[in-house]
Amino acid sequence: MRTCLEIRNVTKEFPGVLANDHVNLQLRDGEIHAILGENGAGKSTLMKIIYGLYQADSGSVSLYGQEMHFTSPRQAIQAGIGMVHQHFMLIPALTAAENIVLGGEPGKVHYRRKENEEMVRQLSKQYHLEIDPSVKVSDLTVGLQQRVEILKVFYRKAKVLILDEPTALLTPQEVEELIGVMERLRLQGIPIIFISHKLDEVKKVSDRVTVMRAGRTVATVETNQTTPQELANLMVGREVVLQVAKPPQEPGSVVLRVDGLVVVQGHAERVKGVTFEVRRGEIFGLAGIDGNGQFELVEAITGLLPAKSGRIVFKGRDITKTSVHRRTAAGISYIPQDRQADGLILDFQLAENFVLRDFTRPPFAKAGQLQMGAITHHAERLSESFDVRPRRIHSLAGNLSGGNQQKVILAREVSRDPELLIAAQPTRGLDVGAIQFIHDKLLDLRREGKAVLLVSLELEEIMSLSDRIGVIHDGRLMAILPGGHVTREQLGLLMTGVNPEKEG
Amino acid sequence: MRKYVRGVLTPLVSVIVALLIGTVVMLATGHNPFQAYGALLSGAFGSTYALSNTIAGAIPLILSGLGVAIGFKAGLFNIGAEGQYWIGSMVAVWVGYSVTGLPPLLHITLAIALAMLAGGLWAGVIPGLAKALVGAHEVITTMMMSYIAIFLTQFMVENGPMMEKGFTPQSPLIRSSVMIPKIIPRTQLSWGLLIAVAAAFVVYWLLFKTTVGFRLRAVGLNVRAAKYAGINVPLYTVLALFFSGLLAGLAGAVQMLGVQQRLYDSFNSGYGFTAIVVALLANNNPFGVILSAIFFSALATGGQSMQLVSGVPAQLTDVVSGIIIFLIAAKKLMQIVQTKIAQTKWSKHQNLGSEKGAQ
Repeated sequence: MRTCLEIRNVTKEFPGVLANDHVNLQLRDGEIHAILGENGAGKSTLMKIIYGLYQADSGSVSLYGQEMHFTSPRQAIQAGIGMVHQHFMLIPALTAAENIVLGGEPGKVHYRRKENEEMVRQLSKQYHLEIDPSVKVSDLTVGLQQRVEILKVFYRKAKVLILDEPTALLTPQEVEELIGVMERLRLQGIPIIFISHKLDEVKKVSDRVTVMRAGRTVATVETNQTTPQELANLMVGREVVLQVAKPPQEPGSVVLRVDGLVVVQGHAERVKGVTFEVRRGEIFGLAGIDGNGQFELVEAITGLLPAKSGRIVFKGRDITKTSVHRRTAAGISYIPQDRQADGLILDFQLAENFVLRDFTRPPFAKAGQLQMGAITHHAERLSESFDVRPRRIHSLAGNLSGGNQQKVILAREVSRDPELLIAAQPTRGLDVGAIQFIHDKLLDLRREGKAVLLVSLELEEIMSLSDRIGVIHDGRLMAILPGGHVTREQLGLLMTGVNPEKEG
Repeated sequence: MRKYVRGVLTPLVSVIVALLIGTVVMLATGHNPFQAYGALLSGAFGSTYALSNTIAGAIPLILSGLGVAIGFKAGLFNIGAEGQYWIGSMVAVWVGYSVTGLPPLLHITLAIALAMLAGGLWAGVIPGLAKALVGAHEVITTMMMSYIAIFLTQFMVENGPMMEKGFTPQSPLIRSSVMIPKIIPRTQLSWGLLIAVAAAFVVYWLLFKTTVGFRLRAVGLNVRAAKYAGINVPLYTVLALFFSGLLAGLAGAVQMLGVQQRLYDSFNSGYGFTAIVVALLANNNPFGVILSAIFFSALATGGQSMQLVSGVPAQLTDVVSGIIIFLIAAKKLMQIVQTKIAQTKWSKHQNLGSEKGAQ
């Protein structure tokens, strides 16, 4: 079988991160080749290199034996690379046909609607991707919009189809249809790269799987000669878990109870009936692959998103409909995932950011007037004890480094003496020292008998800190496991939606 | 200290560059720039009369400029200060001639309070609620409300209920009990100056020393973080526009009670629009607004004498203000470009970390 696309020793380094480290990949004619990997494994970087969005530092990309040096997606498209992005790039107000020919319309000034629609109809027959070319994209379902995206690629005469997380936004039925489409395309001899972190889909549809981890391609295996277990092992790796000194400790009473919580964002149900408890003196870790509803869950608990149904009970009081302000005052602290967008006001001084959650309460305000003395004192004390550098409390938060910004948020949320701290990705993008510091603070809170809900995409972090681990997949809690005895493989399987006990 | 230098630097440089470009224009058209600027200066500040008129002209600019600045601080562009100014003027004049028998202090207070309330509601109710509830852009709504206010005022004094008996399209004269006394007789300078300066202090206090101001600024800078901080964002959007209109209404009231003393059929005071430039040049700093209002007022008063003495058309001052706006806007433009670049870098960085490239 001919090799269609070959990636040889591609390396791409960004400041401080080796995103792709000698990556190798061979795509054969007429195969569906899955690329499997955790978040941050380097899948997207590799695809961007193939698509001409990034240039590799070293290594080569060749198409049918010819070495390619794309410097823009336009060149990649001309060479026959077709990419369907996870988030569609369609114009909702235009029809399917118009979207498909957009940017490469046949003819000159005059747009021949009828002819184009006929041509798109032919195209859709040819590839068995049935759509009505005259319907506006805004009136199509997500699954059909994806077909428009795929047709767009074939209209540009793609020889290779790359699907980046194509099932992320689809309903289960639409996933089935997509798998059917991929199988028909395979019969026509079109090679497909299928990027996913869902084991079951990969197992179902692909001929071969290449697993990526930490920027490297760790293995390429024949799909029918492997097991989900093996793939999960390959995906998460077997590195040593970072050891954290965590003395055993009996958890106390329940601080937070979430009961059948359903959260809707946009039109999609992101949290689908989640139930769990967090107790005093325990760290409850929520593991899951990005986009499985964990952050919507957290925003519902903090009050930033409304709950569609279900209950949130904090210290015995139902807070499901309480405002953010009240929940904060009641003793819920929250380290948001996106520190620059949610956690800080970058154009505010450090001193102001330190009181962002409590500026209306004494001693920081009296009778509606800010108490500058108390605010300044508070800021000085916190930047001292959390070692925020530089220690200029009147400079703007935007001038700090990422690690120091995170320290400001951590200091603010921890110093509020909360009953419950919700930490979403608290160490994202930080260096080892800062990570250690933050982990220590979380363990301090645990020792003081506070409840901690830790949400992280890093398995290491979840496993080394948590007393109990909840695994979320597609808006549902797959299982709650004791922290001490769980393996990466177990978590990896659960995170991809496979429950080994049930399948037994 | 560095902060203050930096804050003053951009406006100062903009003004100087604008005046230099004005010089080039004068040279190109065969005028003597020294003579012209000299005439402008002496026309604006050269005599008690000139100085008091310049300061008098600055008063409505300070007040409406403060209004626009409050809006900007909360991330809102109140482009309709002109309309709020007229609503305030109308209410102040109406209270000024129709209410009788009140002692001066009370009468003035009543007229001003109602005018402020009217201006505040004019901006807060329709544009404010529309923005807060359905996201209607305030630039459109305040502008539209501004036209309504201007034409409403026109109607009032042209055959409308506020027209004085006779054929002149104007309202009756306000009562003497409601007139704000002059600081210097036979000039336009009234004790309204005190109100304007006091307003700058109050706005400063409100913005930087109160929890309300903290919330307004937080909403203006980062809506998501404001929500996270537990701030009721829709409420503070409405409040920001309300405060903004309040000050523009106050500007109208002080101008009516202190200078004009009746409504004429003369539209477009221009104060509400110049207020935007005043706030921009001041970088929304309440005390900066005072200086920048005096500057623009001086251009207007000095421009007349520049034309008389040196023959340079007074419109040159419009050129100068235009260039100033351009330079300040260009600075904003540069900032936007810079943040875009920074964001791209940041998102690239994030893509690495989380593999969310396509999201």
